Amino acid sequence: MKPVLTAEKAVEDIKDGATLMVAGFMGCGNAFTLIDALVNKGARELNLITSDTAYPEVGVGRLICQNRVAALTASHIGTNPVSGKKMNSGEMKVTLVPQGTFAERIRAKGAGLGGVLTPTGIGTAVEEGKQKLNLGGRDYLLELPLGADFAFIKAEVCDKNGNCFLPMATKNMALVMAMSADHVIVEAEKIVEPGGLDPELVTIPGVFISAIVQSVLPASNLQVRP
Amino acid sequence: MDPKELKRIRIAKRIAQEFPDGALVNLGIGMPTLVADHVPPGRTILLQSENGFIGLGPQPEKGKECQSLVNAGGQAVTIVPGGCFFDSAMSFAIIRGGHVDYTVLGALEVDQEGNLANYMIPGKMVPGMGGAMDLVAGARNVIVSMEHVNKNGAPKILKQCTLPLTARGEVDIIVTDLAFIRVTKKGLVLEEIAEDTTVEEVIKNTAAKLNVAGKLSRF
Repeated sequence: MKPVLTAEKAVEDIKDGATLMVAGFMGCGNAFTLIDALVNKGARELNLITSDTAYPEVGVGRLICQNRVAALTASHIGTNPVSGKKMNSGEMKVTLVPQGTFAERIRAKGAGLGGVLTPTGIGTAVEEGKQKLNLGGRDYLLELPLGADFAFIKAEVCDKNGNCFLPMATKNMALVMAMSADHVIVEAEKIVEPGGLDPELVTIPGVFISAIVQSVLPASNLQVRP
Repeated sequence: MDPKELKRIRIAKRIAQEFPDGALVNLGIGMPTLVADHVPPGRTILLQSENGFIGLGPQPEKGKECQSLVNAGGQAVTIVPGGCFFDSAMSFAIIRGGHVDYTVLGALEVDQEGNLANYMIPGKMVPGMGGAMDLVAGARNVIVSMEHVNKNGAPKILKQCTLPLTARGEVDIIVTDLAFIRVTKKGLVLEEIAEDTTVEEVIKNTAAKLNVAGKLSRF
């Protein structure tokens, strides 16, 4: 059984300078309760790994706007102008990664692979400084695994063994991030006893999960764009 | 209707003709999304949304938005009957693995080698490439949808792109308000021109070498 903690307790060990993955896509699937708890705790100088920085003050975008991030690895920051401002001023170091490469590097870490070979980015600025291999007549970039100290995942249902159900388009980066971080905290709208979640509906096996937190902000600060 | 909108619809209509029945298509944010409204009657295409599903449907009615169902632009959408959800690793395996038949994207510049620049202007616009690099490298057919010239009237189809590339040599077709151009090993081939233009006007507004097809048609 995995510990069920308060949000405050769950984020207690996230020290300044920690590397944190936050699952979600444009705020959809962000763990709002955990993000708020981390902001309230006062964590700073975070090394944030997330698909995008959502919108100003929304979901993971809050960490940017509240000046908690020293370095960001993401695939898109265009919807949160604060990210661009901080990148241009040098206040935040930003590394932009193609989205598929981003997912696959994280997956590689969790799957015990030494890296991935991808054609994405060949002939572009993305290939700078990377090893290139020609296999079967096609060029590939060697992209290295990407892991983290912590990951925040949002589930609709989580059983006490950590098995998670993530509905619809909220799955996005959660599976790969759950695999690749040392401590994975899942925020769930509903926490059930083992057996309360149909094994056929498990999106993320509980083996990856370190702690469970009851969601108290069920996507309430995500304004779905009309 | 305003002339700019008419031009956009013309581009969308022409691109929609390209898809065979049952094609799996990924449409970029902005003008490319219009293409979905102009698929010829009798044909059905499936749309992929790279944040994690196939079967992207229209926007929901007001008040029926679902927090868990957004498109790659973060807007509330729906899923059509027969659609399916998956995670990002699967989504990009579908894209990179060549399982997406067509991707339609906008461009800042495209050149006669089929190179595409559409994700940044150094010092001005650096939003990140998102899924564009994977889509262009992985989709079987890459269609660029754009106005023929930029807002200053300068050509966007060049001998060589000047902006940072999204991908090298991956573009197959360029559709603009003036022309339908195919990228071939021998260079750009002007296959069709819009009903209200001339070959001379298209050539004048193109900075790359255009080979005019023997049998030129209009759209």
